[in-house]
Amino acid sequence: MLALDIRDLKKTYKNGVQALKGVSLQVERGDFFALLGPNGAGKSTLIGIISSLVNPSAGQVTICGHDLSSDRAQAMASIGLVPQEVNFNQFERPLDIVSHQAGYYGIPRKLALERAEHYLRQLALWDKHDKPSRTLSGGMKRRLMIARAMVNQPELLILDEPTAGVDIEIRRSMWTFLNEINRQGTTVILTTHYLEEAENMCRNVAIIDHGNIVENTDIKTLLAKLDVETFVLDLRHPVEQVPQSDGIHFHLRDATTLEVSLPKERSLNTLFAALAEHGIEVLSMRNKSNRLEELFMRLVENEQETAA
Amino acid sequence: MNRSYVNWIGYRTLMRKELMRILRIWGQTIVPPAITMSLYFIIFGNLIGRRIGEMGGFDYMQFIVPGLVMMSVIQNSYGNMVSSFFGAKFGRHIEELLISPLPNWIILLGYLSGSVTRGLMVGIVVTVVALFFTEIHVHNWPVTISVVLLTAIVFGLAGMVNAIFAQKFDDIAIIPTFVLTPLTYLGGVFYSVSLLPPVWQNISSGNPILYMVNAFRYGMLGISDVPLVTSYLIIIGFIFLLGGVCLWLLHKGTGLRS
Repeated sequence: MLALDIRDLKKTYKNGVQALKGVSLQVERGDFFALLGPNGAGKSTLIGIISSLVNPSAGQVTICGHDLSSDRAQAMASIGLVPQEVNFNQFERPLDIVSHQAGYYGIPRKLALERAEHYLRQLALWDKHDKPSRTLSGGMKRRLMIARAMVNQPELLILDEPTAGVDIEIRRSMWTFLNEINRQGTTVILTTHYLEEAENMCRNVAIIDHGNIVENTDIKTLLAKLDVETFVLDLRHPVEQVPQSDGIHFHLRDATTLEVSLPKERSLNTLFAALAEHGIEVLSMRNKSNRLEELFMRLVENEQETAA
Repeated sequence: MNRSYVNWIGYRTLMRKELMRILRIWGQTIVPPAITMSLYFIIFGNLIGRRIGEMGGFDYMQFIVPGLVMMSVIQNSYGNMVSSFFGAKFGRHIEELLISPLPNWIILLGYLSGSVTRGLMVGIVVTVVALFFTEIHVHNWPVTISVVLLTAIVFGLAGMVNAIFAQKFDDIAIIPTFVLTPLTYLGGVFYSVSLLPPVWQNISSGNPILYMVNAFRYGMLGISDVPLVTSYLIIIGFIFLLGGVCLWLLHKGTGLRS
């Protein structure tokens, strides 16, 4: 059964901007799904329509079997939303913010308070539960929005760049939390600019650009499309001339840093054999960029060329 | 879960949140009207009123009490709705409600209950302040209570319309300053319209606040410049009109949904 079923969704704003040009997307229940795309691609509009904050121009959205236009209340009862920007009353206390949200979903006060405490503790915010929320740090505010979104125990949790601008420790604790709730059965849809995050956590991915879905597949299949991988090598001794080898592309960044583009059909052994042949000693190596990031850039660039 | 139950819990939560807001900022919501009205009682009622003498068969202080109570109810029920709803819109926490399963009429009812509550709280505070200056006898309790309640609803709804269309804080100050205050002052708070020349009496009859103030004055003192039935019809008519407009705007998502 699908957690989210979007058919031919279109959105044209009053100023004439066509944000979505007929998006169709299906997300299975229990999935951990990444929705990627450059700024202005239509991600936020898509999330806005799913969460009923944006009215669609055409198309159909079904959330956990409930049609958004004809069965809005049930559809909305099935989702939790963590928006990109802080949207809670910063004069209220975290406990009130989370427990009030539970009340809007028909959860009685006693249970609402229990659940609010549970999620605030899980997200390491309980010691701040009675402080004005404006005094929380940026990372805490994001975790508070996750606690708020979870309080109705949604079947589908949508997070719009939840880890943007938070430090790595908090980001990792969020990953652990999200993995745990996904393991317990909550479907998670995530938009992020950290493609490493999508690669590590998500099973399926859709890439949206210029209001169209340009790729929709599982992460493994997508990564298999990467035909060239680029590595950065730190060298022990400076080299003056760029080495030459059949099928491998070398680029000298500086005297002790070499960039290598290796086609997928060539093994790393071939690379090291070529380096040894030129007497180059490698101290360390790393990917130039995240693999998904490389694919993402190519897909988006292709789309831009097609559009031009 | 039963829809009616969800709506009931949602309404109670929204009402609770609004009440907490009113009490959290009591220095802005309850105290200023008490101080302002005390000044009105001292200046208009006590100092100037002694020279005016009687109006409508009552001493001037007693005559202005219903008008001043009603003025504070009008201003505060309107002010609470417009500041709370626009604040939620401006801070984007209105989205907490827009993404919830609650229907628009519950959202409207929740905010409206908050604004009526503040209007009535301030009305009671002003009445208590008035007791320091004069004696108050209520002529007709059902009329007094129903008129003050219905009037608070009218101006709560009007505040919602203002808040929905407002895009910046200036927009929520324009209507109270340029429409509400003049209409209130010209609505017979401080005088009986029977004192006006016929032309101005006719012009005043187009002011809906005149009917509300006079209906309330009838409830408290037993005197009115306008028929009570006409007042009720106008007040209830405005409730249906503004309530319909609010629900239609919420349904369309005007100023709230893209």
